[in-house]
Amino acid sequence: MSSDMTNRTSTLQKVSSVASLGATDVASVPRGSRKGLGGRLFAHSLLIAVCIAALMPFVWMLSTSLKTLEATTAFPPTFWPHPIQWHNYLDVFHQEHANFLLWTRNTLVIAVLGVAGTTLSSAIAAYGFARLRFRGRNALFVLMLSTMMIPFPVTMVPLFTLFRWLGDHTGIAWLGTFKPLWVPLWFGSAFNIFLLRQFFMTIPTELSESARIDGCSEFGIFWRIILPLARPALAVVALFAFLAIWNDFLGPLVYLQRPEQFTLTLGLQNFQSQSGGTSWHLLMAASVLVILPAILLFFLAQKSFIEGIATTGLKG
Amino acid sequence: MSKSMARLHSETRATLRGLAFLSPWLIGFIAFTIVPIALSLYYSFCDYSLIQPPLYKGLVNYHLLFHDVVFWKVLRNTAIYALMALPLGMLVSLGLAMLLNLKISGLSIYRAAIFLPSLVPAAASAMLWLWLFNAKLGLINVFLRALGVTNPPDWLMDVRWSMPALVLMSFWGLGNTIIIYLAGLQDVPRELYEAASIDGASAARKVWHVTLPSISPVIFFNLIIAIIGTLQVFVLPYIMTKGGPARSTYFYTMYLYDNAFSYLKMGYASAMAWVQLLIVLALTALAAWSSKKWVHYAGN
Repeated sequence: MSSDMTNRTSTLQKVSSVASLGATDVASVPRGSRKGLGGRLFAHSLLIAVCIAALMPFVWMLSTSLKTLEATTAFPPTFWPHPIQWHNYLDVFHQEHANFLLWTRNTLVIAVLGVAGTTLSSAIAAYGFARLRFRGRNALFVLMLSTMMIPFPVTMVPLFTLFRWLGDHTGIAWLGTFKPLWVPLWFGSAFNIFLLRQFFMTIPTELSESARIDGCSEFGIFWRIILPLARPALAVVALFAFLAIWNDFLGPLVYLQRPEQFTLTLGLQNFQSQSGGTSWHLLMAASVLVILPAILLFFLAQKSFIEGIATTGLKG
Repeated sequence: MSKSMARLHSETRATLRGLAFLSPWLIGFIAFTIVPIALSLYYSFCDYSLIQPPLYKGLVNYHLLFHDVVFWKVLRNTAIYALMALPLGMLVSLGLAMLLNLKISGLSIYRAAIFLPSLVPAAASAMLWLWLFNAKLGLINVFLRALGVTNPPDWLMDVRWSMPALVLMSFWGLGNTIIIYLAGLQDVPRELYEAASIDGASAARKVWHVTLPSISPVIFFNLIIAIIGTLQVFVLPYIMTKGGPARSTYFYTMYLYDNAFSYLKMGYASAMAWVQLLIVLALTALAAWSSKKWVHYAGN
């Protein structure tokens, strides 16, 4: 498992947070605050100040990314780039010792393989936990949940040696390849299993019952009835799995060895420690590019998630 | 067959079916969780340099750890960071959530703006904040100078300000926590507030007697998550300061990582990992035990 705890826990929070994002957009916001105009103004000004604080780093990052090198080192620093160096974003891809295109490809490969794996395997396990009754089910579920609390450093070293051992004894290299980063995801991820299990439990049992009576196999019920109904939840799982992989740093740091294999997060750091004086304009441009997918997905996901919440109105 | 045998037969079938669906997870659980944890424990009792197989040495690593000056330094740094970041983070996120919970227009815009920073990958965050905290050219000091501060701190280059800088940075990523608190706040039944109003409660008393108890499960949840995460702080300091200056931002997981992959003392690193695990478990148990005093679940 390559994601460190911060990734996992923030993913946990992210899903809950997007859930509520959708919910509060759908639910009507009751009006009628007893606060007077003064109170409202105060609240607004406070919020605006906070938003400025939250967004200013982005703005500064963009501004720096469009400057020339000299402009970045000018003192006192100016705000507006003059003239605007759009080509910085192209220059990012033409750096020696920093193959951004390759790193993007690497990250995408791992992300696609990882997202596919975790979505599918977590759904299968979640089905077992949610739709089937058998002895020991609840105990295993609690056991699975408790694994979320294990700090990554505990398993980091043995996983490293485990992958090295696998490489030595099976003739297939693991360390220094992408495998340690996505193969474990094909065996389910505790958090995704938890999420999907909660969702599967909201689907009426009558659907499964009637399918069983019709002679459908359990896997058939899973594949043809439950999974299609679970599309919104699967989308959320896929979305945050993608973000977790995209943002992962510790995993690639431990398992990847040559610069050609680096993911974007690892490469970005490499990019910085290269030349003597940091080329802040290029570094900021590169950072903008790395952040972009997450931002785009956020604006896209907000909508799809609202639809998901609406369709799961069957729950409440 | 008899009825009881038939029932047993179908029970076994049910168990096999269940285990079949769980098998991907079970295999992964054993291979990537159980086995590594057991190995990790074993390594912690060994001298393991990766080039040679592990050599059993009993409690030597733990003994060395106890006398390791750097170990105590990183433990202290991590504790200080946690003691700063956790309460402040909680106050800031809860406060902002309550602010967002006021029924004012533009909620979704404010919410989106506050949430956006938490989507940024830590590595990119590190670059950005390195730039922002730059002593001469960084936005933060530009801002401070504009406010009249003549000698703004050197931040990441200054032993006294490097840790506070990291704590400030952690606030930028609070978007998740804030949204969760917001969801919890919006779940508080309005009748409770109305009843309090009828009793003549002021806004402050409402917060203390209605809001906080109602969202106490959410607070508890966020607390546990925050404890586990804060004690493992790694990415930002690793990229930004590499533990400096003078080890002022050298944290536990960073030292662990260095022991494992720079000094190739895997046994020693494993011992560190187990100490960390025990601390996390102890703190979580403490929080869980204390939760009986202050967490109120709905339906009481």
